[in-house]
Order: sequence, then structure tokens, then C-alpha cells
Amino acid sequence: MIFDPLIPFQYDYMQKAIWVSTLVGGVCGLLSCFMTLKGWSLMGDALSHSIIPGVVVAYGLGLPIAVGAFVAGLLAAGLIGWIKEIVSLRDDAMIGVVFTTFFAIGLLLISLYPSPINLKMIVFGNILGISDQDIRQLLWISAICLITILLLWRDLFLWCFDPIQARVIGFPVRFLKFILLSLLTLTAVAALQTVGVCLVVAMLVTPGATAYLLTDRFSSMMGIAFFLGAITSFLGAYFSYFLDGSVGGSIIVLQTIIFLLAWIYAPKHGILAMKKGKNLSLLTEVKQT
Amino acid sequence: MNSPEKVELGADLTIAVNGVTVTYSNGHTALEEASFELKQGCICALVGVNGSGKSTLFKALMGFVIPSRGQVLVSGRPVLEAQKNNWIAYVPQTEEVDWTFPVSVSDVVLMGRYGHMNFLRIASAKDKRIVEESLKKVEMWDYRSRQIGELSGGQKKRVFLARALAQESRIILLDEPFTGVDVNTESAIIDLMRDLRRRGRIILVSTHNLGSVPDFCDHAVLINRRILAWGALHEVFTEENITKTFGGVLRHFHLDKSTVDESDGRSVTLLTDDERPLVLGKGGHLERRHLTESGEQNL
Repeated sequence: MIFDPLIPFQYDYMQKAIWVSTLVGGVCGLLSCFMTLKGWSLMGDALSHSIIPGVVVAYGLGLPIAVGAFVAGLLAAGLIGWIKEIVSLRDDAMIGVVFTTFFAIGLLLISLYPSPINLKMIVFGNILGISDQDIRQLLWISAICLITILLLWRDLFLWCFDPIQARVIGFPVRFLKFILLSLLTLTAVAALQTVGVCLVVAMLVTPGATAYLLTDRFSSMMGIAFFLGAITSFLGAYFSYFLDGSVGGSIIVLQTIIFLLAWIYAPKHGILAMKKGKNLSLLTEVKQT
Repeated sequence: MNSPEKVELGADLTIAVNGVTVTYSNGHTALEEASFELKQGCICALVGVNGSGKSTLFKALMGFVIPSRGQVLVSGRPVLEAQKNNWIAYVPQTEEVDWTFPVSVSDVVLMGRYGHMNFLRIASAKDKRIVEESLKKVEMWDYRSRQIGELSGGQKKRVFLARALAQESRIILLDEPFTGVDVNTESAIIDLMRDLRRRGRIILVSTHNLGSVPDFCDHAVLINRRILAWGALHEVFTEENITKTFGGVLRHFHLDKSTVDESDGRSVTLLTDDERPLVLGKGGHLERRHLTESGEQNL
């Protein structure tokens, strides 16, 4: 048998999987810049689990799952914020309690009420069997996220960098937080269908973390993260066909490999460059003395 | 004065704090019945120990906390309106932001212009010119492309100052501006504040560094959960008031003979809380040198 690199594109389901993954990967990559800088990695993990009951209920009621996920995500985020005000617990403890509770409720609902969504779909994603209706939803979600970030990235960035200054100059900081949370839940739904619940957080963190190592400008960080998210998702989905393995697994492993390469070889923030820089500064110190 | 837009820069500019009490949701009253007034063209020191309500007062001035009693008025208008009109700038302590962010010096200063831009925050030629001027004023123009984490403590402070300048606000709040900065930056900050005073701004400086206060302030508000004294510096900055403000924290050194000032019979008092000491003449007055300096604006 002759190896044909174009085989995956001969199958309709593979084509869909590859292009949808690419789009979702890009959008998640863009958002991951804000997640890594705001320190919301844990929050992303929490929300991606918390949306499960919303997804299940939305399916049951025949609503778009994005709507259910959106409501459940904001409910969880609101609950975390509310408990924070009345109970003096560390943030991570509260987030841990709330998101596992939501996830547990989701699992309970799935087991009690049989529906087209099963546990396997939630854990591993369902990109190979994605319906056209779901694809339309993902397109909408991606468009909303891209446009919102395009319009508001400077405001969001200032709010992440210096929330006090944002307030001083009269920015609606609560609104900005709501926007970022909303984008997070929306992309979490998108990523959930692509790579599954456990790997959502990787899509929402790794490209941003990699881009952070490669540049000192936020605009280029966003560009790099978008590109990395898209290209790793494209290649991950593509190679998964030949590996006959999980799409989500391939994408995330690829992202991690690129992160590791950046961590080692990044021109300024990589460990090799830092080592070299240290040696250089030592050298000049020696010369000076 | 019907609409705030009609107020000329500097004209009619006042801050009036009227009986402001701030109680936090945990029941702690950080500020009680605070009242004072400042007029345009002044540099006012806000002096008190840590936990005396300095930062709460700042938050009330920025509209971050709503007083449970009393109100803060800027030129007779509510403080939130002043905030919306970009009248208030804040220069934070350098620890307050994350310096590892991927952002350049000029981008940070450009953020000071966001309030003047449309909602897409696209910088106009004017915005860019003001950023350049502001950076040049603090002698940081050569560093404009640097990532902010590469700067020294004093340089970081200068970047924040440039951002406040770029904001073109009428009221500038500075939180402990001399902490962790070099001598050059300290005098650069003081020069800038004097320049802003000449242009009719109100500058409020929170500090517990007593010794530097008479160098650049003309007014002072002494605070310890209540306002203990406020007014022109030479009237309120006395040994009695300062001792009251700092309670037992201060060290007193009474020196019988010094070469500081002939007019006070060469008798001085040093007050310090481990920072630069404050030198007072006989009877707890400021030195003559400072009296003439703080009267500079009246000339």
C-alpha cells in the first residue's frame, strides 16, 4: 500500500474534524493569552467541568448546548465569587469544591436520564462524530469570541495588567470580568466537543504559555498563540487518523511538545538563553573585577 | 458651573471631603468623620502610620469605596463623575502590578490615554505625541521599547508617573512615591510635582516618610482613622500634631545645639520612624528654609 498523505481529507468526517479543530484551537489559543496572564488556569479547568450539567439539561430541553453550558458556567463562577465573600477559605479550595459539585451533578444527570450524550463523549470529546448542528454552533461561538476579543483586547489586557488603573480611568471592570468569564465558558463548550473535558484546560492554557515565552509584546503573543492553537489542532487531528488514536490526545501532546521546545530554546526566556545570559553576565562581572 | 466639561483645567478645582466615614463589610471602620478641603495648585501630604486609613481615603477619592456617611466632592461634583471625566490619576506602588507582563514601557504609558480614546482604543497622533512628551519628562524615552520587567525600581516608578502625566488629569494621587527609588528619581518626582502644581493641579501624596514632606509639600493632612489636623504645612506640621499622628511609633531626639538654623537658637528636634528624620526648630516649628519654600506658590 502506498502512503497517501491526503487520505484523511477523502473522508467527510475527517475533513470536518480537522477544520473544526483548527478553528476551535485558534480561538482557544487566543483566549489562553488572557488565562495565563490573569492566572485563571485553575478557573478554566473549573469552568470546563462546571458546564457539564448545563450541557445535559440543554440537550434534554432541546436547547443549544452552548446556552446550557453558558448558564451553568456563569452560575458556577458566580457561586465561587459569592462563597468567597462569606466564607474565609482559600480560593483554590472553593473552586475545587464548587466545580467538582457541578461536575458530579452533571454525571448524576447523565446516569439518571439517558440522552444522546454519554460519558465517553464528555471525557474524550466527539469531534469525529460531530453533527452539522453542533458545527454551526461552534462557528457561532468562534465568531462571537473572535469579534469580542478583536474589539476589547486592549481593555481586557489593561484590566488583567492593572485592574486599579482600569477602575481609575472609569473602565467598567465588572463588565470586563463578565466578558472574560463568558468567553471562557463559550470556548470551554467548544473545546469540550473537540478534545473532551479533561483536556479543555490544556487548550486554554498551553498555547498562551508557549507564546508568553516567545515574545515581550501582548499583540504578538496573541498572534503566536492563535497560530499555535490552530496549527497544533490541525496537525493533531490530521495525525490522529494515521495513529488511529484520540484527536484530543494528539492535539494536546503536540501542544506540549511545542511548549517544551519553546521552554528550552526560546530566544530570550528559554532556559538555554537564560543560562547563556547568566554566564555572560558572570563573565562581564569577572572582567570588571 | 453647569456641566463639568465647562470647567477650565485648573479653574475652580477643589476636593472637598465632607464627614466621610468608611466601614468595610467586615465591620471594620477604617475612616471616621474625615473632613478636609484642598484647592487647585497644591501638593498635599497625607501622613499617617500603616493602617491609619490612608489607603481607604485614597479609595474614597477614587470612587472605589462608597462612604457609609459623608461624601467626596470634586469641584462640587460627585467623585464618580470626576472619575468618568478622567480627572483623577493614580500612581501606585510598584509592587501592585505584575512586571512580568509582556508589555513595553510606551504601551504602559499609552494606557494612560485610553480614557481619551474611542472604545477601540486606537491611538491618535495626539495620543502618541503626549506619550512621547510624558516619557521625555521622566527621562524614560530611551527605554520606550523595553519590556517593563527589565527596569529598575526607580525606572518603574517613572513609567507610572509618565502614565499619570499622559492621562492629563487634574488630580494626581501618589501612593508612597519614594519607596524603593533612587535619589535621582526622588528629585525628578519632586520636580514633576512642582511643575504640576504650577499648572493648577492638586497632588495628594500618601507617605509615612516624614523627613521628605517639608521638601515638596505645601499642605498636609494628618490622619489616624480620623483627620487629626489639616491645612497649610507650616501650621499643621508641628511636633505636637505629628506625635499625635504617630503615637508611640516615633523616636524623639532633642538636640540642644545644632547648626541647622540660627533663628531658632540652634535648637532642633528630630522625629523619625526609621526613615529620613524630620527636623523641627525650637517650639516644634518647621525650619525657616521650608517655610520659604512652601510659600513659593504664593509669590
